[in-house]
Amino acid sequence: FAGLADVSISEDIPVEGEITVPVGSHSPDEDYSTLDEPVRDTIMRDLKAVGKKFVHVMYPKKSSALLRDWDLWGPLVLCVSLALMLQGGSADSKEDGGPQFAEVFVIIWFGAVVITLNSKLLGGTISFFQSLCVLGYCVLPLTVAMLVCRLVLLAGSGTVSFIVRLIVVIAMFGWSTLASTAFLADSQPPNRKALVVYPIFLFYFVISWMILTFTPQ
Amino acid sequence: LITTFLVMYLLAEFDDAANLLAANPDATTISIDEPTEIPKNQHGRLQEPGREEDDELLGTDDSDKTELLAGQKKSAPFWTFEYYQTFFDVDTYQVLDRIKGSVFPVPGRNFVRLYIRSNPDLYGPFWICATLVFAIAVSGNLSNFFIHLGKPTYRYVPEFRKVSIAATTIYAYAWLVPLALWGFLMWRNSKVMNIVSYSFLEIVCVYGYSLFIYIPTAILWIIPQRVVRWVLVMFSLCLSGSVLVMTFWPAVRDDNRRIALATVGTIVLLHALLSVGCLAYFFDAPELDFPAPIIPAHNGTTLITKIQ
Repeated sequence: FAGLADVSISEDIPVEGEITVPVGSHSPDEDYSTLDEPVRDTIMRDLKAVGKKFVHVMYPKKSSALLRDWDLWGPLVLCVSLALMLQGGSADSKEDGGPQFAEVFVIIWFGAVVITLNSKLLGGTISFFQSLCVLGYCVLPLTVAMLVCRLVLLAGSGTVSFIVRLIVVIAMFGWSTLASTAFLADSQPPNRKALVVYPIFLFYFVISWMILTFTPQ
Repeated sequence: LITTFLVMYLLAEFDDAANLLAANPDATTISIDEPTEIPKNQHGRLQEPGREEDDELLGTDDSDKTELLAGQKKSAPFWTFEYYQTFFDVDTYQVLDRIKGSVFPVPGRNFVRLYIRSNPDLYGPFWICATLVFAIAVSGNLSNFFIHLGKPTYRYVPEFRKVSIAATTIYAYAWLVPLALWGFLMWRNSKVMNIVSYSFLEIVCVYGYSLFIYIPTAILWIIPQRVVRWVLVMFSLCLSGSVLVMTFWPAVRDDNRRIALATVGTIVLLHALLSVGCLAYFFDAPELDFPAPIIPAHNGTTLITKIQ
């Protein structure tokens, strides 16, 4: 490099500038770090998400919020509370009583998994956990029905109370099925919609049957 | 679970055999599926019965294409999700047609050739069995409730245990009996060349769809009359039994006459055992209530005895 041997920076050209990097606004990564916030904020954010999904279920409009940000907290809470409320009958009758806690739990979760697998095998485009999330959240009307049934049974267990319970359970069963169908049916191929909706109908029918036949000891 | 894995392994072996046959059409081996017509569009409507009769009379010219198509359909390895998706490749109207075919058996028509046509599905058998389990459990519970309603000592119990018993029985019947039958038919095929032979999934399909008639039967069993219940048993046994007989008679008819009759007889017998067993276990016997003559006791009070 002979030609470069005589290149040099003359000393009267000032070299100036700043070396320090300006610390301006927070980088976007800082917003996702939730380690520094109070625990109350974290819990409230999750609770608000769950609550918002409950509202979506009660008024099923075609919104994609339920599908997009799925979580399984709501279904877990609903399943546990429903299974707990279905207890309290069969303490002394060991056989031929109502469903045990584990049976209700297994029926709800196993049933939801089977229905999800069924819809995926039939060519649905929904993801596994999204479908579980929707099916679990749509148990909410039936949990409300269980609560109402227990309150009605406190008042009495005659024919009138049975008819009231029957009407409430049928209404909530219809609501559950319609809500979950509203969320899930769009992701199925159009000529197989009935094949996907029928197992959902059967699933909520079985849960409604368990609620309706609940008899306190 | 073990049964499922065994079945999947056998299916994988079977698919290899099907692929070998497809590659070697001139080999003198038994055709896996006897075709009735070229399955040109799997999603097309059923043709009229007249045309199908002509197609059945045609020779097995299209066996190569059918086997090739059958081989291509299920070529995914059995540990992938796509493999199982091929068993759910049915539309709503196809499932409804198959259910209709199991309830109204047309004499002379084979359920498998008419409706399944080398597209067996697992949707029908699985969900029909699930519905049947809950139909039997719920109807049994309701029927017992109505039978024992007036009695002062009766407490209503939901009898939830019976659901698991019903589920075990029905799913065992719907999977183990086809497995045994398939094994038996394969064994007989190795001794006697049968023209018609079915794959394991087709047998499961026939059994699953033939159980459909028991769903309305179970609901009607709520009626607490002995005569009505037995008439229902006979009627549903005739319908679904005839579907099974018409399916499996061509598969054993070339065999020894006694073995053929024994096979078909066993199929019908097991089917009858299932329905009678469910009726006996889940539904209490309706009691015959008619008032006996009043017997005056010594102190003047009257006694009414009930005859059971």
